[in-house]
Amino acid sequence: MNAFKTLSVAMLKGFLRDKVTLFFTFLFPLMFLVIFGLILRDVGADKTRIAVVGDGPIVSALRDSGALELEPYNDESSAVQKVKDGDLPAALIVRGQQLDVRFAQSDQVKSATVLGIINGFVDKANLAATGQPPTFTFAAEKVEDASLKPIQYLTPGILSWGVAVSAVFGSALTLVSWRRKQVLRRIRLAPVSTGSVLSSRILVSAGVALVQGVTFIGIASLPVFGLKLSGQWWLAIPLLLLGTVAFFALGMLVGAFAKTEEAASAAANIVVLPMAFLSGTFFPVDQAPAWLQTVSKIFPLRHMNDGMLDVLVRGKGIEALAMPAAILVGFSLVVGFVASRVFKWEE
Amino acid sequence: MTEERSAVVVRDIRKSYGELKAVDGVSFTVAEGEFFGILGPNGAGKTTTLEIVEGLRKPDSGEVRLLGESPWPRNVKLLPRIGVQLQATSFFDKLTAKEQLQTFGSLYGVSHGTAADMLELVGLADKANEQENKLSGGQRQRLSIACALVHDPDIVFLDEPTAALDPQARRNLWDVLRAIQERGKTIVYTTHYLDEAEILCDRVAIMDTGRILALDPPAVLVRGLDAPTHVTLQKGVLSVVDASALEGVDEAHEDEVSLTLSTRRPAPVLSALAERGALDGLQVRTATLEDVFLNLTGREYRA
Ligand SMILES: Nc1ncnc2c1ncn2[C@@H]1O[C@H](COP(=O)(O)OP(=O)(O)O)[C@@H](O)[C@H]1O
Ligand SMILES: [Mg+2]
Repeated sequence: MNAFKTLSVAMLKGFLRDKVTLFFTFLFPLMFLVIFGLILRDVGADKTRIAVVGDGPIVSALRDSGALELEPYNDESSAVQKVKDGDLPAALIVRGQQLDVRFAQSDQVKSATVLGIINGFVDKANLAATGQPPTFTFAAEKVEDASLKPIQYLTPGILSWGVAVSAVFGSALTLVSWRRKQVLRRIRLAPVSTGSVLSSRILVSAGVALVQGVTFIGIASLPVFGLKLSGQWWLAIPLLLLGTVAFFALGMLVGAFAKTEEAASAAANIVVLPMAFLSGTFFPVDQAPAWLQTVSKIFPLRHMNDGMLDVLVRGKGIEALAMPAAILVGFSLVVGFVASRVFKWEE
Repeated sequence: MTEERSAVVVRDIRKSYGELKAVDGVSFTVAEGEFFGILGPNGAGKTTTLEIVEGLRKPDSGEVRLLGESPWPRNVKLLPRIGVQLQATSFFDKLTAKEQLQTFGSLYGVSHGTAADMLELVGLADKANEQENKLSGGQRQRLSIACALVHDPDIVFLDEPTAALDPQARRNLWDVLRAIQERGKTIVYTTHYLDEAEILCDRVAIMDTGRILALDPPAVLVRGLDAPTHVTLQKGVLSVVDASALEGVDEAHEDEVSLTLSTRRPAPVLSALAERGALDGLQVRTATLEDVFLNLTGREYRA
């Protein structure tokens, strides 16, 4: 029986039978994805509602444009009452050709928006009534900008974070538990190379990362969350694998110093949590202050995250992988080398 | 015994941890097929000695040969020929008994079929699909031994396989150890149980504070002690004066319940007692390794 294959199967079984690990690998990140996905779903999408009394061509044009949401009222006093209560920012009262707007003073930005929109429609109707062609024309077209809908940045971020957590904890806890239970020494007494033991464990982590990718992206793509993948999403696969190796190496380093599983777990958290927050797992880094963005560049997770965003939702091609891949490989080599220097077979 | 036929040759190994001389000049040889015991109280240096022999530790000085080869530095050619059970039971996480054996077997390129044989040998066939952490202490020890044997090694090293087991589990394990020896394996094992070493071992090395104090078959060690045999009778069967007068009796004394005779020639004493029909409640206690240890170190044996 091939040692590499059997070891991989043994480690996979150990992984699948450990409910705590399964929870932190799949359910825990998914909880964040679902909760943030639902909370932030409507951010930037909500339209301003106003009260409307009466009807006419301007009101129809407003309704058709969808620029404002109109809430019809039968009489002026109840519509104005809504504004007074602070429930709605403005009330539009139509009396034939005359349009009155009563707006709340408290929210000036919203009121100005409402007034501007209504004014625009009135001007347009007036111009049309004169039968003159407009002197100035303008056309509006949507631009795909760098700021993304929440689910679009949450999914790549939480996926990278989930992969980092499971790789770091997987390698650190396995290493510490094997050293403490003398499995490492026992393996050393068998005619098998350290390489096959190590690579079989990395293989399991890599497989887990791919399953995480499929699960997280699958759930985020459900209509409730509405993730839209762009172009070459499959370029995320090499990133997942490189990220796994990098964070596995980090876990080996943590595991080399920790004496007990509890200590390894605490140390891994201390390393991973700040890194996750500063690398854009839960919010886009480009909204953070400049100095913080600079700091975040030292974290491999930041670069994995950037790469994930680029290939999953920003529609970038293979060229977007170069930088993150180079950094992850470099990180793996350096950290892996240090980890192998401080590695201990026994307590 | 020539060195060519020796499975294990250890020459004057030493190992210190700072000031502490954990192993302080130990030498012994173990013949092929022999059941060799290293006996001593906790901290005597048994584990350190065994791990140096296995090639897990480098001795400060001295030499080890296993089947003619040096185990240090890690000797991959030698590894398939030795089987090791470490003092801590080392298992993979969350695997069943059978899976543990298959996984350890695969490290040696052994087919999966062997796992079932090994479970049979150590009497765990019915626990094949039980996860390791659900087994009892004795079952875990037996599984651990099976893992050491799965690749059919020539020499088996077992570090305190019977420690912390209840008497019944210990006896079950003795049967397993005897079965292994019957398969022609050389066994080197450590224990702190004197009675067990006396029963199981062909030869036993008594170790204390890093040194071997005596090394011989248990019976030879006991005989060499020239300790008297104690014959105990029910009180009242014979008077102390009559007993002292019997041929071969060195000394007789009586307490509330029994009369004890010390003798170095038990045969005439026993026949004299038989002639007088004074065998009621008769018990004969010969010297044990405990007496040997007391004699060697001047202190009571405490595991
Ligand atoms: N790695 C170590 N570092 C320091 N002292 C040790 C180490 N290993 C063993 N010792 C000491 O060496 C002595 C012998 O230990 P050991 O060989 O384990 O004895 P035994 O197996 O007979 O109980 C003990 O006093 C123990 O504390
Ligand atoms: Mg010991």
